[in-house]
Amino acid sequence: MIGVWTLLAVLLAGTVIGLVRNRRDGRMRAVAVTAVTPSEATLAETLGEPLGDRATLVQFSTAFCQPCRATRRILDEVAAMVPGVRHVEIDAEARLDLVRQLDVMRTPTVLVLDKAGNIVKRASGLPRKADVIAALGAAID
Amino acid sequence: MQVDPRSPRFGAAITTLVLAVVLVTSSVWLLAAQTIVFALGAYGNSPYGLVYKRFIRPRLGPPAELEDAAPPRFAQAVGLVFALAGLLGFAIGSTPLALGATAAALLAAFLNAAFGLCLGCEMYLLIRRLQPGRTQ
Repeated sequence: MIGVWTLLAVLLAGTVIGLVRNRRDGRMRAVAVTAVTPSEATLAETLGEPLGDRATLVQFSTAFCQPCRATRRILDEVAAMVPGVRHVEIDAEARLDLVRQLDVMRTPTVLVLDKAGNIVKRASGLPRKADVIAALGAAID
Repeated sequence: MQVDPRSPRFGAAITTLVLAVVLVTSSVWLLAAQTIVFALGAYGNSPYGLVYKRFIRPRLGPPAELEDAAPPRFAQAVGLVFALAGLLGFAIGSTPLALGATAAALLAAFLNAAFGLCLGCEMYLLIRRLQPGRTQ
């Protein structure tokens, strides 16, 4: 009997987790600038990549990441569409220092940087193209 | 290697059914069979994938796009760990371990089948983060 209850509990928990995750996945969240101030100077330096003239889309990926390909495609499209925006993809495994410093828990995690390299927005999970464009709007002006 | 993304999802649906039956019937042998399936899947030869290829895919037509085979394979390896823990629970007569580990594997399979969320894949970075001393 306990097996039946366990089954029902798992299905209920799974449904709640799935629905919550679907709603939150890829949503761009504003980042309190104070929270990243200690690391922002080092971030642009340690990325080892030039930043975009107006904004940079930083994507953390791993080899075992299903939505990373789709994320790469969306960010590449946006970077090609909006002048002065660069897409930088970082292998999270090769940069565990950055992963820990920026508290990246999942891949893909997308950071939207303004031209100075400050993190303005971040999202974990596959972001929607419209949300990326909106986040860039906040980063550019 | 690339796979049809519907194949691991089909496999997750079958896995969900199998593990649900394991929970209800406490069948050690069924869990043992699923453990073997996880092991084969971790090597990239999931029997459920073969069923999909043989019987389901011809009815569905070609996929819109392919995806990398590494994430679902890694997830099968994570499933294997939980299934082995469940078997250990049955072997030593620990109902909490047997049911708990089976429930964890079921949760991951259900989330993959119903929502396309790969819990095993998401654990990868968390596991790597916990390993010390390999930062550049």
